Formats: sequence, C-alpha cells, structure tokens
Amino acid sequence: MIEVENLHKHFGSKVAVDGVSFTVKKGEVLGFLGPNGAGKSTTMRMVTGYLPATQGRVRIGGADIEENEIEAKSKIGYLPEAAPLYSDMTVEAFLRFAAEMRRVPASEIQAAVDKAIETTFLEPVRHQSVDTLSKGYRHRTCFAQSIIHDPEVLILDEPTDGLDPNQKHEIRQLIRRMGETKAILFSTHILEEVEASCTRAIIIDRGKVVADGTPEELKARATNAGTVLLRATGLAGSGIKAELEKLSESSKVEVIESGDDGITARIAPAKGKAEKLSAAVYGVCKEKNLTVHELKVEEGRLDLLFREITKKDADK
Amino acid sequence: MDAFITLILEFAIPTAIVAAIFVALLFYVLPREVRTIFKRELKSYFTSPIAYVLFVVFLGISNALSFFFTGVLEGGEADLFLPYFQYLPWYLILIAPAVGMRLWSEEQRLGTLELMLTMPLAPWHAILGKYLAAAVVLFTMLVLSFPIVWTVNFLGEPDNGVLMSGFVATYFVALCFLAVTSVISAITRSQLVALLVSVAICLVLWLGGLPHLSEMLMNLKGGWLVAWPVLKLVNMVGVMPHFTELAKGVLGLRDIVFFVSFIAFCLFATSVAIRLKRA
Repeated sequence: MIEVENLHKHFGSKVAVDGVSFTVKKGEVLGFLGPNGAGKSTTMRMVTGYLPATQGRVRIGGADIEENEIEAKSKIGYLPEAAPLYSDMTVEAFLRFAAEMRRVPASEIQAAVDKAIETTFLEPVRHQSVDTLSKGYRHRTCFAQSIIHDPEVLILDEPTDGLDPNQKHEIRQLIRRMGETKAILFSTHILEEVEASCTRAIIIDRGKVVADGTPEELKARATNAGTVLLRATGLAGSGIKAELEKLSESSKVEVIESGDDGITARIAPAKGKAEKLSAAVYGVCKEKNLTVHELKVEEGRLDLLFREITKKDADK
Repeated sequence: MDAFITLILEFAIPTAIVAAIFVALLFYVLPREVRTIFKRELKSYFTSPIAYVLFVVFLGISNALSFFFTGVLEGGEADLFLPYFQYLPWYLILIAPAVGMRLWSEEQRLGTLELMLTMPLAPWHAILGKYLAAAVVLFTMLVLSFPIVWTVNFLGEPDNGVLMSGFVATYFVALCFLAVTSVISAITRSQLVALLVSVAICLVLWLGGLPHLSEMLMNLKGGWLVAWPVLKLVNMVGVMPHFTELAKGVLGLRDIVFFVSFIAFCLFATSVAIRLKRA
C-alpha cells in the first residue's frame, strides 16, 4: 500500500532524509522510531505529498504521490505532528469540512462525522469551538479528521502526543484494530507504543534506516536480550559467581549483590548460546544444591536497543 | 417614488444578476473543492469580527469624506464621479489588503496549510476558493455603500450608468489589490507583514499609473537609464488609467483584459509562492 523507495530530502546543504526505503502492506502497522530531528516528520511529509522529495519516489496504493497526486492523496488519512486545526470552527463543523474535502459523498457526511466523533471520544466537545479545546481534545479532533473518509492508508505523526494514559491506551487499541484492514505508518518516540500496537518497526537516525524488524526481532537485538537474572542462596556469593563464570554458555557475570550466603547476579549469554543459558544456570544451582529465589530470562528492551543504535552512530 | 424605481431597475437588479451568475458559477461550474474552501473561508470572515470592522471603517470613511468634505450635498446636480469614486481606490489600498491579509498567512501560522495541501485537491482549487471568498466580502462592502447612490438620486437626476461603471471600476481595482495581497500572504506567516507589504505594493500600483509619471517618463529617456525600465514597468502595470477609463463609463475591452490578466497572474504567482514555501 505504501511504497517508499530511496527517499532523500535536502534542505540547502543539510541532509534531512538520506535514502529511506520501506513498504507497508495492508494489515500492517509500521512504527517509525527515532530521536528528535532524525527525519521522521520530514519523511512523513514527503509520503503524504506535502513536501516534494529531493530524490526517490513514493507510491500510495500504486499511485505516485507526485505524478498522480490527487489519486494518491485521496487514499491517505494524515495526522500532522502539530495537529493543526482551524481555530474559528466548531469540532463538528471542522469534521464536516474535512469530510467534504476528503470527498465523502454528501449523503454520508453526517454518518461519517458521527462515527469519527464516536471513535475518538469527542462527543462532549462536539459543538465546542476549536480554540477553546484542551490539547488532548485538539489532538483527537485532528485524529478524527484523518479517519473521517475511512482511508486505506493512515499516516500518523505522534498520534498519542498530549494524551493522558487512558486516552493513550484507547488510541493504541484503535490503531491496532484499524491496522487489521489498513496500512498504517505512525511515528512515535514512546517505545512501549511500538510493542503495544505495531506489527513492524523501523528505527531511523540522522535520515537513515538503522533497524527494521518486528518488535520481537528488534528486542532480541538489544544487548540485554537473553540475560538471566538469578537470586540464589546456599553458598558464598563468590563461590556461586566462580561456578557461573565457568559455564561455556555465559560470557559475563555481573554481581548485583553478593554475601556469605548467596548472590544476586545478572548473567550475560555467550554469543549464540542465549537460549541454553537459563537451563545451564539452573543446572549449576541444582548441582550445588542452592535455593533458587528468582530465575528470570530478560526479554531484551527496545529502549536499550534504541539507545545503543542511535548513540553508537553519534559517537562516530 | 420615481427615484426608488430607478434605483431598483438600475442598481438592485444588475447587482442581483451579478450575484446570481456568481452563485450559478460556484455551484454548477467550479469543482466541489473550490466550493468547500470558499464556504469555509467566507464563514470564517463573518464569524470573526474582521469583516464587520472593515465594513464600518470603509463605509464610515468613504461616506463621511464624500458628504462632508467633497460637497456632494452642496453640489446639487450630483456628479458623483469626482468626489466619490476618485477617492475610493485610495481607501481600498488599505481595505483590500486588510481583507486579504489572512488568506494564506493565517493558514501557515495555524499549520493548516499542511492539512490542506495533503488533501486530494489541486492547489488552484484552494487559491481560487479563498480568493473568491475575499472577493465576496469586498463585493458586499461596495453593495453596502448604496446609501450614497440613494442620496444622489433623491437630490437630482444623475447619470446612473456612470455611477454603475464607477462601482464596476472600483470593484476591479479592489480585486487587483486583493490579488496582490493573496501573493504576499502566501509568502509570510505574519498577517501584519502581509498587510504592510501589500499596502505598499498597492500604493505603488496605484501611483504608478499617475498621468504625471507617464509624462515624466516621456521626458526622461536619456539620463535615468537604470531607473527608467523599473519606472516604465511600474507605469505599465499602474491601475489608475484603467480605472479612470472604466469609471468614465467606457466599458473598454482593453481595460477589462488588463484587470483580468493582472488578477490571473497574481493568483498564479500565489501558487508559485506556495510551492516554493514547501520545497
């Protein structure tokens, strides 16, 4: 549905986006991650046809965004980062305007407006003027605008920005639900959001794609992935540590707490042996007759990977 | 009573016909997108105080000045052209940019330009829709100045054809100034900057057509080699001679072509300005 090929954007001598390519198919929700200024918004602006690309091409449902502008744009629903609205209109009037602009047939406008208001919980402010709305309501009004014509492609620039935790949860659920029948591209810097609603994620840094995969795949790439946390008693801490270090499956034992009668430690797996590590650690405990209080395999954290990838590049 | 019937026949009916043609054009000829933008824009003029304030200012100035300072009342035989229409374009130098300053700069300030340009419409739909809404505001303003026509018709028997062409000429000038403002407001996100720059340009446009300047140019060919082409250009696009011709009641094709192509050029320039803004 969304095909992005080798997209570049230069502002003068500054390179904002440097060869980004990805595709989003129907039924996919692609999370677009990256530090501030990485080129997320610029990429989205090119995908939606607001900014012309310096190089590369974007196709929406097969239609080129520059050559076949109107057809491509009619398939998109777009929530810009700042959630802009006409401040002199009421919420309902604004949504009506958006529906007309998005070519919803005149007889279906009322139903479309009602549905969008219901989906984004705007009923309490339906007749309120936009300039009196709180930030959360403003954001949701703009979100409602993006889904009013039931588009095949949805592009959302930080859709949960400015919402309270309950609303964030609702919007994530909504994105996940809508993702079953649409192609969704959304940007965020909240990592739990990616896990909550994406089927795939891309990390972008200084205009380049630096990681691409399902949230699970990405998490597995984090250095903490597969680390085993152990709290056990029955032997002196230093003794247990020595035993753990002997294991061929472990590469490093990081002691969190150590005493005469036990240890709390984090054991990093040796390369390629992450899956066998926990069993090996448990084997040691059994053999030495230790009491195991806690044995946990860590999942790998997205924020860690995010920091590793985007910091590594910054050091270069 | 006769004056009343004359007014209906010679002013109300032609105005209604123009309005009807406009509405028909809007609903049956222009695309739906233009109509949607037009409606939104027009509504926003009348939900904010701006249109009303400008009406009061314009009508206040134009009527007060013509009644008290130019002597329409004392004149008896009312030749409205000199005292009234001669000054109208001067007010419009300020009023038309004040109507048009928000057209695109507001859109940029609010960020809604991004929304509008990612909707499935061609840029000219938006440019035309917005321009037409502002043009209707100016039209309404001129229609509201009917008391002056009423007054002179009660005072005497003026040539209403000349009066009507005075209004037509004034409206064309207003549309030109509005078109200039449309370009400027596409360049800046500040309404105030849009207003000031547009006023300055409109002033130059108006003064550029001064007969004196044309005469001066005839005598200047020699020394002012650098300034001459610039002055000549300003003189060529000066709207005053076209206004004067039209206002005299000579509905010359040449002047109408000038106004229409001037406006078309400005609207095109607006689209270029918006495109450059995005690149």
